[in-house]
Amino acid sequence: MSARELVEFVKLALVALRLNKLRSALTTLGIIIGVASVIVMAAIGRGASIAMEKQIAALGTNVLNVMPGSMRVGARQLGFGGAPPFSEKDMRALREKAPDIAAISGQLNGSVNAVWGAANWSTTVNGVHAEYQDVRPWPLKSGRFFSADEVNRGAKVAVLGSSVTRELFDTVDPIGEIVRINNIPFEIIGVLTTRGQSGGPTDPDDVVVVPLTTARSRLVGRAFATVPDTVGMLQVRVADGADLAAVQEQIAGALRKQRNIAAGQDDNFSIRNFAQLLQTRNEQAQTLSLLLAVTAAMSLVVGGIGIMNIMLVSVTERTREIGLRMAVGARPLDVLAQFLTEAILLCLAGGLIGLLLGVVVVIVVSHIAGWTVSIGAGTVALAILASGAVGVIFGFVPARRAARLNPIDALRYE
Amino acid sequence: MSRAAGAALISARHLAKTYQLGEQAVHALRDVSFDVMPGEFLAIMGPSGSGKSTLMNLIGALDTPSSGELTIDGEPISGLDAEGLAELRNRTIGFVFQQFNLLRRTSALENVKLPLLYARRRPPDMTAAARTALEQVGLGTRLDHQPSQLSGGQQQRVAIARALVNSPRLILADEPTGALDTETSAEIMALLRRLNEGGLTVVLVTHEPDIAAHARRLIRLRDGRIIEDVAAADSTWLRAATHGAAAR
Repeated sequence: MSARELVEFVKLALVALRLNKLRSALTTLGIIIGVASVIVMAAIGRGASIAMEKQIAALGTNVLNVMPGSMRVGARQLGFGGAPPFSEKDMRALREKAPDIAAISGQLNGSVNAVWGAANWSTTVNGVHAEYQDVRPWPLKSGRFFSADEVNRGAKVAVLGSSVTRELFDTVDPIGEIVRINNIPFEIIGVLTTRGQSGGPTDPDDVVVVPLTTARSRLVGRAFATVPDTVGMLQVRVADGADLAAVQEQIAGALRKQRNIAAGQDDNFSIRNFAQLLQTRNEQAQTLSLLLAVTAAMSLVVGGIGIMNIMLVSVTERTREIGLRMAVGARPLDVLAQFLTEAILLCLAGGLIGLLLGVVVVIVVSHIAGWTVSIGAGTVALAILASGAVGVIFGFVPARRAARLNPIDALRYE
Repeated sequence: MSRAAGAALISARHLAKTYQLGEQAVHALRDVSFDVMPGEFLAIMGPSGSGKSTLMNLIGALDTPSSGELTIDGEPISGLDAEGLAELRNRTIGFVFQQFNLLRRTSALENVKLPLLYARRRPPDMTAAARTALEQVGLGTRLDHQPSQLSGGQQQRVAIARALVNSPRLILADEPTGALDTETSAEIMALLRRLNEGGLTVVLVTHEPDIAAHARRLIRLRDGRIIEDVAAADSTWLRAATHGAAAR
């Protein structure tokens, strides 16, 4: 079929569709809804996986969390954290045994009360080494992070998360101010940028970061009294290009030795790779969004059946017209092409309108629900192609029926 | 009358058409033979069930015979498939129907263009040819009118323009005045006669003797056979039938 013939068939189809405006509009409704739902579902799915990827990037793909794990004392299984925390000595041993560790920091957590002037706020304190910023860089909005020297001498300095800053200082610049944490004065030297909700139940920005030594001696040390030089749990960044699993092995071996775990006994600590965890979750999310897309595609099929239905009615209604066209020289293929073009145009028009509708819904959803959504070029192309394909598939049966009409019977059809 | 078979526009030899209606075979046409030369004006008459519709479908290349040979413009139609028949109709035959069969809500010009569309003509040529055809039937000023805005006679003129537009060898008119009043019928018949005088072959299928009287040759069918094939002026039956109608 030449381009000119195509233009003629499109013109013909447009004339026919215009003659039945309301019916054409109602017929495309199924396709409109189908395509719109495909767009929305795909956008939500894609948005979710983009959000996940951001989280993974924020956590770092080569960061390991080493937590003191459960421990068996006699017949008693102590819960998570029941095993003694790690110590400065463990950290030194790890540096020696696992040369691929690029950075390592302890992390002592505890609940504290922070007071500035009349404002007070219950929050989490995070005692870390200065190297924490090398393990999992957290950019500062203003001020500076504390130095290794300040950690060594247990300086009473603190870096605030954005949520704490907002609660205590509102719009005041906190740098240089003194905040009493559990009644101990700390100088605020920096404010962290906002990390935002990570999808978990806790707000990662509701935190005060202080030197680990200070936290140990003045804020949360009592909870870890069994190990005087405790560093709580460990955060480790593995050197770029190093084999994560091998480093994990090295760390496990060194820690088993440090903690005198006999061969055959279970580890009383666990090494977690959060990126892996998130990746698993991401895969689940992708499965879910695939499921959503399949559901949406189903509605596209239903829309296609609607098209087929109406096209069959149209063929019956226009039997005489088909007969006339055949009498004046339309070949069966011409009739087939005419009705197929009509179905495809209906579907493409529905696809375009559905696309616009879907985009509008996606924008509204992202504003109202605050979800991360993303419409990819692939999704758009797929939606258009899919609606065209629906036109071809569901338009074929009615079109073939029209093409197979006997011109004599068609001309006499009442 | 001596007619060279090669020069005939339509050549029918021992045509038969049998339909299967359930168990029963219906012989719509039996052993029909005739030739139509270019430039003839032929009326085919017969009561319903006489086979005239079947014959018209065959002459119109809408159908193929069960046996016998039918050649239209040199083309044996038995060997043609649906596509070949469509092309033959498009190129050679212009149809005029009782019910006009115009596309509704479509201008006269667009209606007339229809056969050209399937002849794969270029759009500017189509418009020019359609306009010429409409001028030929006296509707040059109503190009943009839709069928609903035209009288019955005007609609039939549009249909005749549509039949003419692709320069066919043959106009095949099936009861062209069946839906028109007497005066308009006379106008349409005058138009067909004028076209015939211009050299176009016209085959008219009708059951009205008054209409058939416009033709120059008459073929009468009964029970699927030709019972009369004469010059219209020589048909005593036709003379009696038209006088009878006039007397009534």
